[in-house]
Amino acid sequence: MSKPLVSQANYEVTTEKVEPLQVLAPDGTIVNSDKMPNLSDDQLKELMRRMVFTRVWDERAVNLGRQGRLGFYAPVSGQEASMIGSEFALNKDDFICPGYRDMPQLVWHGLPLYQAFLYSRGHQHGGQIPQDVHVLMPQIIIGAQILHATGVAMAFKKRNQPRVAITYTGDGGSSEGDFYEGMNFAGAFKLPVIYFVQNNGYAITTPYSKQTGALSVAHKALAAGIKGVQVDGMDVLAVVQAVTEAAERGRRGEGATLIEALTYRYRPHSLADDTTKYRTKDEESDWEPRDPLTRMRLFLTKKGLWNEEIEAQVKEEAKATVAEHIKKAEETEKMTVSGLIDSMFEVTPSHLEEQKQAYK
Amino acid sequence: MAQMTMIQAIKDAMRVELERDPNVILFGEDVGHVGGVFRATEGLQKEFGEDRVFDTPLAESAIGGLAVGLGVQGFRPIAEIQFVGFIYEALDQICVQAARMRYRSGGRYNSPIVFRTPFGGGVKAAELHTDALEGLLVQTPGIKVVVPSNPYDAKGLLIAAIRDNDPVFFMEHLNLYRAFRAEVPEGEYTVELGKANVVREGSDVTIITYGAMVHTSVKAAEEIEKTQGVKVEVIDLRTLLPLDIDTIVTSIKKTNRAIIVQEAQKTSGVAAEVIAQINEKAILHLEAPVLRISPPDTVYPFAQIEDAWLPSPASVIAGINQVLEF
Repeated sequence: MSKPLVSQANYEVTTEKVEPLQVLAPDGTIVNSDKMPNLSDDQLKELMRRMVFTRVWDERAVNLGRQGRLGFYAPVSGQEASMIGSEFALNKDDFICPGYRDMPQLVWHGLPLYQAFLYSRGHQHGGQIPQDVHVLMPQIIIGAQILHATGVAMAFKKRNQPRVAITYTGDGGSSEGDFYEGMNFAGAFKLPVIYFVQNNGYAITTPYSKQTGALSVAHKALAAGIKGVQVDGMDVLAVVQAVTEAAERGRRGEGATLIEALTYRYRPHSLADDTTKYRTKDEESDWEPRDPLTRMRLFLTKKGLWNEEIEAQVKEEAKATVAEHIKKAEETEKMTVSGLIDSMFEVTPSHLEEQKQAYK
Repeated sequence: MAQMTMIQAIKDAMRVELERDPNVILFGEDVGHVGGVFRATEGLQKEFGEDRVFDTPLAESAIGGLAVGLGVQGFRPIAEIQFVGFIYEALDQICVQAARMRYRSGGRYNSPIVFRTPFGGGVKAAELHTDALEGLLVQTPGIKVVVPSNPYDAKGLLIAAIRDNDPVFFMEHLNLYRAFRAEVPEGEYTVELGKANVVREGSDVTIITYGAMVHTSVKAAEEIEKTQGVKVEVIDLRTLLPLDIDTIVTSIKKTNRAIIVQEAQKTSGVAAEVIAQINEKAILHLEAPVLRISPPDTVYPFAQIEDAWLPSPASVIAGINQVLEF
């Protein structure tokens, strides 16, 4: 038999089922103590606080959206463990390239909440990320951000910085060409990047079963020569652990990781679609017991770190903070067409200066 | 001063900028060791190392997206798309992601990227290697589009493009790469983006054109002056966006007649835009409607009829006579 011309592969393609990493069972017990992330009691409580806060914020945002006080809004309830756990595992100078649903990661990474509301309301200032906050604004084109994170990670590697880039998309996004191109580049250049797929079962209305014939999203890492793992995306501790491990691999120069988080969005894709047309009540009630807040609440309560009083306090604080930031967003001076024109280029060319005159 | 072909001048521009600014990096398909399919980057990897000049996997969208990510982190990428027809694969990253970065972020981020691509017909290349796709780009807000016609301009415009903090789409005509040599200064100099060049002065008709059609137009101008005594002014746009309408209007005020010669198909392209702007700014100075000399609205043809399809000195002369006889 002749030797293949080029072969870097030293593994056989796996056709085995990938088992999702779980640390915290739905009943709040630790089922995998080896993988328990190294977190203090304060950090455990902070994770819960952020998840409760985010759920309140999400409920409020959905209501505000229905009142017409927000613009485009993609609900996040159900995905708190994936979103908050993954951001929590990063350093502040790690860089986030988000998809359109990933506002919580940006806010917990430092984007002021009122700017998240401005972004939703279609105001440019929503995307004016503060200098010390290392994120891009949310991406609309599915998968485009995967390549940006790849480029950002290459910048970190070229400058020998111990930083990683993380990018988010959904199971639908994992069908895009950019998803494959990005992972393949990361494999070829061994870049410190984490591709975090929140598999919530649906790309708007199309179920995962119609999205791909792949055994799992995590399996797709194999073709790119990067590490692929699956995690219970409703288990915040497992998510923290998976991202911590991936970030450490990246910082050690061992390259990229694809993390598939199995999660569920309780609400529609956006405020415009009707879940009853594509989901069953049975399916929804099947996911409810796996709720990320419930299991963390049970776990922390057993440890004596959480109680109803604390939770009520966090909810009140969340409501007040959201109200304050909505007010700030509503009071922010509106964009102008001449300001928009001036944002096209660093120096506005003469033809645009001329077009601006009509809006003075 | 050195005599250089356009491809040597382009390489020299990249060499000068790679040397000057450590944030300038260059990548694309086959640009490293081999130096590109046209040798535009030959020797640059050897000189600046694989960290600065490198081959990528074959994926145009990722080349564009990599440039966007690196640009956000303060690098100044020169991203080569190997042939113009392959930009369709990368249009989201070029026209949406790079071009809208400044707008989307309210000025917080920019895209200091040059997308280089060879284009242009008359070389009997394979399908989708030569098409003139500048019209797609000039309709995209937030990007600049540059088409040099000679070695001096190519180097100066490319250096200006690399130093620009906004994305620039830089189109290099295949037929001009090695067509002739010209004097090109050593070291740094820039040709300002957005400034046209009057390459030939005349008083009877203005030809507005760019790229290889500058040479076709000059040939036509010389011929018609010899045979009919008509004095033709030829303007090389050099930058299609921003467009230097002032130079065009100044010329039309002198000649009162104009034609646009372009290699792209007729409808809705650069020529249409130039005519629209002439209508807005100089219509009362015109003695005849402004004419477009361009190929028909078909796909770019297979090699066999390429020469008949592209504008020629003869078709340009016919156009000049048409506006003179109006």
